[in-house]
Amino acid sequence: MSTASITIGHASSERPPLVETLHQWVTTVDHKRLGVLYILYALIFLVFGGIEATIMRIQLIRPHNDFVSPEVFNRMFTMHGTTMIFFAAMPIVFGFANYLVPLMVGARDMAFPRLNAFSFWLSAFGGFLLYFSFLGGDGLYGAGNAPDVGWFAYAPLTSQTFSLGHSTDFWILAVFVSGLGSMGTAINIVATVLCMRCPGMTLGKMPLLAWLNLVMGGLVILSMSPLTAAQLMLLIDRYLGGHFFDAQAGGSAVLWMHFFWIFGHPEVYVLAIPAFAFASEIIPVFSRKAIFGYPVMVAATLAIGFISMSVWAHHMFTVGMTAAGNTFFVLSTMAIAVPTGIKIFNWLATMWGGKIQFRTPMLFCVAFLFQFLIAGLTGIMLSAAPFDWQLSGSYFVVAHFHYVIVGGILFTVFGAFYYWFPKMSGRMYNEALGKLHFWLFAIGFHLTFDFMHIPGLLGMPRRIYTYEPGRGWDIWNLIVTIGVFFQAAGTLVFLGNLLWSKWRGVAAGSDPWDAWTLEWSTASPPPAYNFAVLPEVRSRRPLWDLKHPEDPDWHYE
Amino acid sequence: MRIIKNTVPIFYTAAAAWANPASQPLSPTNIFAPASTPADNISALSFLVLAVTGAIFLTVLCLLLYAIVRFREKPTSGLGEPAQVYGSTQVELAWTVIPVLVIVVLFLATVRVIASIQNATPPPGAVEVSVIGHQYWWEYHYAHSNVVTANELHVPVSNPAHPTPTFLTLLSADTDHSFWVPRLAGKTDLIPNHPNSTWIDPHETGLYLGQCAQYCGVEHAKMLLRVYVQTRDQFDHWLAQQSRPAVASDAVDAGRRTFESIACVNCHTIRGTAAVGKFGPDLTHLMSRDTIGAGAALNTPANLRRWIQNPNALKPGCLMPAMGLSDSQLDAVTAYMEALR
Repeated sequence: MSTASITIGHASSERPPLVETLHQWVTTVDHKRLGVLYILYALIFLVFGGIEATIMRIQLIRPHNDFVSPEVFNRMFTMHGTTMIFFAAMPIVFGFANYLVPLMVGARDMAFPRLNAFSFWLSAFGGFLLYFSFLGGDGLYGAGNAPDVGWFAYAPLTSQTFSLGHSTDFWILAVFVSGLGSMGTAINIVATVLCMRCPGMTLGKMPLLAWLNLVMGGLVILSMSPLTAAQLMLLIDRYLGGHFFDAQAGGSAVLWMHFFWIFGHPEVYVLAIPAFAFASEIIPVFSRKAIFGYPVMVAATLAIGFISMSVWAHHMFTVGMTAAGNTFFVLSTMAIAVPTGIKIFNWLATMWGGKIQFRTPMLFCVAFLFQFLIAGLTGIMLSAAPFDWQLSGSYFVVAHFHYVIVGGILFTVFGAFYYWFPKMSGRMYNEALGKLHFWLFAIGFHLTFDFMHIPGLLGMPRRIYTYEPGRGWDIWNLIVTIGVFFQAAGTLVFLGNLLWSKWRGVAAGSDPWDAWTLEWSTASPPPAYNFAVLPEVRSRRPLWDLKHPEDPDWHYE
Repeated sequence: MRIIKNTVPIFYTAAAAWANPASQPLSPTNIFAPASTPADNISALSFLVLAVTGAIFLTVLCLLLYAIVRFREKPTSGLGEPAQVYGSTQVELAWTVIPVLVIVVLFLATVRVIASIQNATPPPGAVEVSVIGHQYWWEYHYAHSNVVTANELHVPVSNPAHPTPTFLTLLSADTDHSFWVPRLAGKTDLIPNHPNSTWIDPHETGLYLGQCAQYCGVEHAKMLLRVYVQTRDQFDHWLAQQSRPAVASDAVDAGRRTFESIACVNCHTIRGTAAVGKFGPDLTHLMSRDTIGAGAALNTPANLRRWIQNPNALKPGCLMPAMGLSDSQLDAVTAYMEALR
């Protein structure tokens, strides 16, 4: 068990100088360190995106407000959307995948550690490139700084004619570069899950988190490629006289929409499937029961992955497709409700008959179940194309997808933070602060996004920097803005809790939750090599088998 | 008790406002207060979808709440793990098949409404208008006439027994826009090099509001829509009046000469004069409109003067430049505009 190199690793307990530590972090190819880097990087951009959202909400607190100019408002919503999707949400799910997948499949690292580091730094520099536009976007004097074309950057607003200066170029290059990074990481995750599993871990005995990240990786490869190609085409349009999206020269603005949404819709599931993965690990442990219907959960995930590649044009019901085209996308979009519904019912069935412990991770996951249910149901409303003709592009849609991304995904991500923080840091977080964070954030979330549906139903379009009084929108916008401050307070409590616990938390031990998957069988934080001896498993819950030798899972699977 | 007494009427009023928005409008752009066949059909479908999703919501919510309350860990739960259940084919089959059936019902209802709206063809007597989206205003061309106007669309009321709907061809001169008047129809985008169409048949006269619903640039927020639904006689009278060339009055000749001698004519048309620009709104009958700047301001003499002096003061980011006119030129041009009835 103890080889020479391991002993040497333990012997050097002296703290190395700061420069050396930093150098180790920058040059690391260890999946755990890269995972932490991804997560920290995402947290920074989460704060940036949050500040941009707050600026928008202050502007919209009352009609004809002039907190910011229309130009600044348009930059804020473009940067908010781009930041949150590409530089907060994706790095967070990649960070957790990086950290957890090798540990949970009993591997010592990802399949391609160097590709892993390369991909992270590509994504990271993509984010810095985007934010450098605040300084460098002003190509011609007065052309503005940060991009202001909206996060889906519809043509031909992105052409040279309508986007002067370099702000749109920064947007294109940032998304392009981080897209390459995402594909690298996705390939790595797929390869790790398929090739690096420990002895005994057949595909059917993998933790659900590994399965779901495998599907996520596949979706990233399929959906990121068209987007990355489209960015290149747009650059060609802007600088090499191409006419892909230039409607004046026979190009097609609708083509860009197809390119964007064939990425954009699977992207929702790229973010949601890892969130499902967190829920599928956390809910069983805090219900003290095995996941209900493992094979069906895997099948539902594969079905979601498959169907999600064929629903993109439901973002385009208003662009004038034929009745037949609309009908197809109504059907495919409604169909995705079935596997998603199965998942919700299976999580409920997991809780049914259990002994539910409402620790902070479980609180976030239960709120996720409730909120994801609502997000799914408003999704069904939007999938009925004629209803969508009213709701599309309104605040109802904004409320809907924030319900998915914040109420669904961010809530489980917070749950995942609290659940795996003891593993990553070796210390317990503060439970009281965790619960305070939960309640502040839940109240803020519901104030903001419940009431945001209403102005949409009353005809308020998104992306307007101000609105007319007398439309019945004023009071709802006021409430929505108030909720933002609760969410901001909750986020501050969260960050404070992380920092405080990192330095002052009590030691967590290797298995604080009495959990069942392999990451809890090694030290907290795990050593660089993860497992001194590669584990061998016989069921989906190897630690359950260890703790209950009289009644192991492999009797039943 | 007093609280209940006081709040019940509030809820009642709120519910009544939702149910019957005509009597007590919650919003002039409420999608649940339809006044035209496409919006009617959508609203009816919406209520079906809301009822079905509402029922699903309540069912799952009850299950979730029951699970939270019933199965939370209590001091009486005892030690040891609960019974491990790994799944149940029957139960899982049930919650696969039932959603499939629900989806089939919703899908069929949706397809009916798609067909009823998208497959409609203009009956004889339909009004046809081309709508051209510009950064950040609307241009309207009435078919079979020379009428060109901006931002404020006039259409005849449609009697359901003898419908006279208005069919709109949607075009764009620059970026993407979207035509959305919630009480009349769902939105349809205006995309360059990609002609679209939609139609409305308002059942009641009146003013219907809306605005551009696809981000189109700096002033997307102030690209407002006003649809004036008039009786057939009023509409015919309006159309005849609009088709006449601009009135030429000697009293405003100074303003006309100023207007025609500077860059105004490069962008604006005033029919019957030398001004034939196409980039900005047609001003032939400017004073027949209630607003200027696509709804950014009321069409008052003071606003008009401010607009001509510096449009960006009223609508920052709009594409009309400040012309740098002297005070006397400004007065003359404003007087000329006010004569364009």
